Amino acid sequence: MTLVKENPAASASGRARLLLARPETGALVGALVVFAFFAALSEVFRSPAGIANWLDPAATLGIMAVAVAMLMIGGEFDLSTGVMTGSTAIVTGLVATLLGWNVWLAIGVSLVFAVAVGLLNGYLVMRTGLPSFIITLGSFLMLQGLNLGVTKLLTGTVLIRGLADVPGYHSASMVFASTVSLFGGAFRVSVLWWAALTVLAVYVLRRTAFGNWVYSVGGDVRAARNAGVPVVRTKITLFVATAVAAWLVGTITILRLTSIQANTGIGQELIYIVAAVIGGCLLTGGYGSAAGATLGALIFGMVSQGIVYLGWDADWFKFFLGAMLLLAVLTNQFVRRYAEEARR
Amino acid sequence: MTPLLEVRGIGKRFGSVVALADVSTRVSAGTVTCVLGDNGAGKSTLIKILSGAHRHDGGEYLIDGSPVRLGSPREALDLGIATVYQDLAMVPLMPVWRNFFLGSEPRKGWGPLRRLDIARAKEITRRELLDMGIDIRDPEQPVGTLSGGERQSVAIARAVHFGARVLILDEPTSALGVKQAGVVLRYIVRARQRGLGVIFITHNPHHAYPVGDRFLLLKRGRGLGEYGRDDIGVAELTRLMAGGAELEQLGHELAGYGDAAERLEEEVTALAAPVESEDEQP
Repeated sequence: MTLVKENPAASASGRARLLLARPETGALVGALVVFAFFAALSEVFRSPAGIANWLDPAATLGIMAVAVAMLMIGGEFDLSTGVMTGSTAIVTGLVATLLGWNVWLAIGVSLVFAVAVGLLNGYLVMRTGLPSFIITLGSFLMLQGLNLGVTKLLTGTVLIRGLADVPGYHSASMVFASTVSLFGGAFRVSVLWWAALTVLAVYVLRRTAFGNWVYSVGGDVRAARNAGVPVVRTKITLFVATAVAAWLVGTITILRLTSIQANTGIGQELIYIVAAVIGGCLLTGGYGSAAGATLGALIFGMVSQGIVYLGWDADWFKFFLGAMLLLAVLTNQFVRRYAEEARR
Repeated sequence: MTPLLEVRGIGKRFGSVVALADVSTRVSAGTVTCVLGDNGAGKSTLIKILSGAHRHDGGEYLIDGSPVRLGSPREALDLGIATVYQDLAMVPLMPVWRNFFLGSEPRKGWGPLRRLDIARAKEITRRELLDMGIDIRDPEQPVGTLSGGERQSVAIARAVHFGARVLILDEPTSALGVKQAGVVLRYIVRARQRGLGVIFITHNPHHAYPVGDRFLLLKRGRGLGEYGRDDIGVAELTRLMAGGAELEQLGHELAGYGDAAERLEEEVTALAAPVESEDEQP
């Protein structure tokens, strides 16, 4: 606790320190440094085509990171997010290709499925009082099994294909998987979804009463309950929002590929959490930012593609990611100590 | 004048255990009633009855002169009885203004654009805290950066803003240092000046005496007597609370243990003798 000593004479620096204490500051600095680094070394990286290229993986990751960040601010984890991007795509694919339903209808069925899984995760966590880590680990494993089992059972393979032949595919594809040419770069429409979702999440967290509740249920659930915050409803809503974000990513994925592997998305859940933490989320909840999570995803996208442009071995990507994570956690630790320190 | 809140011969049993029996007191607008007692004296049972967490099973509980049976803290709150517990309903990592309005956020706009009225929330927070004499440097700073006394005071200001007429303060000074306790005592006086009835629970007579108008002493779940400010001094209060005989006996016991014990004995004697209070009223 000797890191920050409050000096009344130097309280002019208080405002500056308050700014420093914003959760996304670290991620913003990190994103700028990473961009400058790769942009200086690689011409392709800073060209429109290159930018479109690294924005693409950042977008699908960012959609999830924003939702996961909100859930983490609310004090919960969801390990089923990765597999859910696969499950929702599989539901869409099966309904559309096996039943021959219109793609839009299949997407609707998949949305209902996502909401149901989110409700179940949230209900079980709130009802049992067990850590969400364990509950969602259970649903993760169950869904992983279901994805493979059901797909093999119904198609005889681990791949669902042929979505392009189903009615409604083209209009749905326009909305979820089209490409926009801008300055010679082919930008994916998923980038727009990502941007819209980030704006929405920032607005909800900072500007609405619900956002206030999210921070409070993650910060001190007993205090929130005493103050009259509907704790159970708030947390379950966050689980549902996370599942719906996975549905969006799943839909984008299957419409882009017109086919889906039964093991899609597995292993991604930790990457989402990493992006949220790089963006300033505390693992203990009650602190973090949606904009930060988006910056975390941006860093991720820039590094994953930047390393390729520089011709480095892709192994370095994992090393870099781990280093970023450690750095972010240390910074967050410092910030929280500062915020919780009493001025006496 | 009808007291805001009054209990007559109130009692509570848990099975065959009598937690509280035959306790009477009252608090009027603009006065402070102190409830004093050692651990296990029945203070928390009394607060829980007053704040609606427990239902009394003997005697009468009157608010504004009419008998009530409270079923929940929410009912008490609706009648203007607010309780500020020692472990506060505050989220340390959230800004002061967000904490102030947590669960009762002011909103503007309608439909999907219904949003927090941030400017108004900050403005009200600043004004209400200033009224209590707390100068918050910035309502945006996290509650965790406030001192213990300031945090208690924000909780008090919040209760006042949301319509409390009677404030029940559960041991607000017990976890604080001398200086911080002084801060809280000051706000108790301010709340009294604003016309609130305050019930101040404490086990420290030196905190109670400077701010209290009436003193209710509890021991083993029973009232040991209720005194007006003019009827009793701080020394007598202390003696009654700890039990004068017990203190003397402790002194004699310690006399047998040499030097350190002698100093302790002096302390104990000093505690029982009249003392100038360290926390003066503003």
